[in-house]
Amino acid sequence: MKNETIIERLGILADAAKYDASCASSGTSKKDSRLGKGIGSTEGMGICHAYAPDGRCISLLKVLLTNHCIFDCHYCVNRKSSNVRRARFTPQEVADLTINFYRRNYIEGLFLSSGIFKSSNHTMEQMVEVARILRDDYDFRGYIHLKTIPEADPELVYRAGLYADRVSINVELPTDSGLTRLAPDKNAMQIEGAMGGVKSAITQSKDEIKRFRHAPKFAPAGQSTQMIVGADAATDSDIVGKASRLYDSFKLRRVYYSAFSPIPDASAVLPLKRPPLVREHRLYQSDWLMRFYGYKPNEVMQATEADGNLPLDIDPKLAWALKFREFFPVDVNRASKERLLRVPGLGVKAVERIITARKHRSLTLDDIAKLTVSIAKVRPFLIASNWRPTTLTDRADLRTLLAPKSEQLELFGA
Amino acid sequence: MTGRGETWHRRYYSIHLSAPDDFEEWRDKARRLVQCGIKPDQVIWIEPGGNSDLFSVADGKGSTAELPDLPDHPSQIRVSKRFMAVAKNASLHSDPERFALLYGLLWRLQTNGGLMEDKTDDDVRRLEEMDKNVRRDSHKMHAFVRFREVESAGSPEGRNRYVAWFEPEHHIVRANAGFFVRRFTNMQWSILTPKGSLHWDGEILKAGPGASITDAPDGDPVEELWRRYYASIFNPARLKVGAMLSEMPKKYWKNLPEAELIPALISGAQKREAEMVATGEREELERPDTLDQLDRAIHGCTNCPIGLLENEAVAGEGPADKEAFSGLMIVGEQPGDQEDRTGKPFVGPAGQLLDGHLERAGIDRKSAYVTNAVKHFKYVQRGKRRIHQSPGAKEIDTCRWWLESETDLVDPKLILSLGASAARAFLGKTVSITKVRGEPIKLDGGRELWATVHPSYLLRLDGEAADAQAEAFQRDLARVSERLRELA
Repeated sequence: MKNETIIERLGILADAAKYDASCASSGTSKKDSRLGKGIGSTEGMGICHAYAPDGRCISLLKVLLTNHCIFDCHYCVNRKSSNVRRARFTPQEVADLTINFYRRNYIEGLFLSSGIFKSSNHTMEQMVEVARILRDDYDFRGYIHLKTIPEADPELVYRAGLYADRVSINVELPTDSGLTRLAPDKNAMQIEGAMGGVKSAITQSKDEIKRFRHAPKFAPAGQSTQMIVGADAATDSDIVGKASRLYDSFKLRRVYYSAFSPIPDASAVLPLKRPPLVREHRLYQSDWLMRFYGYKPNEVMQATEADGNLPLDIDPKLAWALKFREFFPVDVNRASKERLLRVPGLGVKAVERIITARKHRSLTLDDIAKLTVSIAKVRPFLIASNWRPTTLTDRADLRTLLAPKSEQLELFGA
Repeated sequence: MTGRGETWHRRYYSIHLSAPDDFEEWRDKARRLVQCGIKPDQVIWIEPGGNSDLFSVADGKGSTAELPDLPDHPSQIRVSKRFMAVAKNASLHSDPERFALLYGLLWRLQTNGGLMEDKTDDDVRRLEEMDKNVRRDSHKMHAFVRFREVESAGSPEGRNRYVAWFEPEHHIVRANAGFFVRRFTNMQWSILTPKGSLHWDGEILKAGPGASITDAPDGDPVEELWRRYYASIFNPARLKVGAMLSEMPKKYWKNLPEAELIPALISGAQKREAEMVATGEREELERPDTLDQLDRAIHGCTNCPIGLLENEAVAGEGPADKEAFSGLMIVGEQPGDQEDRTGKPFVGPAGQLLDGHLERAGIDRKSAYVTNAVKHFKYVQRGKRRIHQSPGAKEIDTCRWWLESETDLVDPKLILSLGASAARAFLGKTVSITKVRGEPIKLDGGRELWATVHPSYLLRLDGEAADAQAEAFQRDLARVSERLRELA
């Protein structure tokens, strides 16, 4: 390998890709290389092969094919008017890097994105070519995530889905006005149109596989998207609303949030303070509440404060509970699963354990303490055989009692 | 089950296991012991290399024996599915007491079939904890095994061997061979660990004894690429060391080629973030509250190189009396030589041409607010003359901060932008004037933008082209004039 030049370009093109939040390699169909000539397997669960000091999982080789771009999106480090160093890989070089890393067990596969060079179609073709080399020439059976370009020909996007486990299209900003202002070359209608196209291709492929076992699989790990938080004026309420509409309309597997982070050579149109990282964390928590805890989007919105944003000092589940105290306390020995899931401090696993254990005997507060991290936090919200919170649930200073100490917050702070 | 525990009272059994990770062997022996009614406190489990002295401590009064013979009428063994699933995995734990724990639970399951569902039982919780630890260790093995390529003599290209050194916490090596076989079927590889090794030649898997780190290769050139990737994909603006440590504890670091970079990445992060901000984002500024403040602020602005030239900023100009303002804001590109000298916008040749056109369109310049997209004059010095240079996209975008503040303070209903630079300052992208002229473009806050050419463009044309363009310019202004009356 031409290490000298490749390593420099890898540095530039990985650096340019680091603002993409997703690195997931989970949820695809099972495959392995036992009956093949090549390499690779996916067994359902994703694997994080390393963690960076930013706490993010490194599961995939996440690079751009090139960071040359004809678009001029203000939040993006690769925009046309930015002064960053530019580089590009050939499709063969990306495929070779992927295989070399994969053989050494560094990665689960490839997450390929790109700046737009020459044209949207040309770029998409080159990206599909990387996937084709991996799948056809190397018989690669690991994970491939392609970021597709909404402006590209639907036929190309379709081909991408046939090679990839997952495809994604970024909605970029939670509001249309934000998109118009900060990503003037992009168009919300076009982005959602492309997502709709991917959704119907996925549905159709699933249907065909039911009838013909060998029908081609289209993006078996589904599609996802990413929104930048804090680059425009959208509130958490707006963002949660937008996310839930996207989940509903396009059957997305995940909506990723990326706190707008200061980028080298930032555009002057972004005279913004960096949003606290904890805001992104709170949005992910609200996402979990909707996906695993049975909260409706409007219920998450109820947890926001007067300015439409989720509180930063406490998590959204606790915020909701403090607002709707009439819902509590919940009896651990009698309440339904749905009600138990609303208790701040009880996770999905703890709730399942409570439900199994209470079949055998009546549970005391000590039993619950063994199943949760902090009994002090959950105590005000539940009834056990030897415990009743009486006035605790209604105390006005409950929030101060339960909120983490402020110095802990500083860890996340600006 | 009559007589269990009575018959064999005070006899102890030391059960030797031939491997630390052979669940089937333990299961067969445990089954026999239960069928013979041997209580958990009568059994000592000894794994290879294990300490059998424990036994002498427990003993003192009774005698010892190997596995008892099966009685004539052995009892039925009761065991739940959940127990078998968890026990098999938990038996790989490195805790020497794991077999005793498993046997204790198996014993209690005979009289309490639902025991495994009692998640608050201490033994059940201990077993589940062990199961969890082993699963985690297995998962980390899948994640953190790092192969190094070694040339094997006489092999064709691409048929080299891949060898990894890994240090698991529990006895998980053999149990996880399948994962690597399925993934790397067509590679020849070995995984060496202190707790046993695996060798795959493409067809057959062999399990060997424990190895030492000196048996493993010490490098691979591709690790340089991997380290570069690791350092580049890390975003110094969002340091979260705790999150990293909980998933990639330090005990694994010594065998991860990328981990040696971590201390430097962490200590350099704040500096790198500061640099990222310094090269890109300007200082966080307060927006000016009045046009006077804005005027003062732009004079000191050095956010782009134009501000560093020898020039003065030129502020916008409009009616002093708010009542006299028609709601029209006219925005040009940047001050020219004469504007820079006088400190007033549109006073040079282009300004004079504009005045004539405005008058013919019935627009009173004095009732409009006139300014520029870029506040300083960009030029190159040729002898005594300063030659105008168009501002770059980045310079326009940098100055957009001022123009936005200015627009909010002036609060026009209608904006007339002259030339491509001024249009870019409002739209954030470079547009073709011939495509967008003559129609309003909606901006935030309900304002309308009307884009047309810059009058200096008309000055550069001759003959028919000049006449045609002047006419088109006049038409654009006439439409603006009409629209302004509609909005009034």
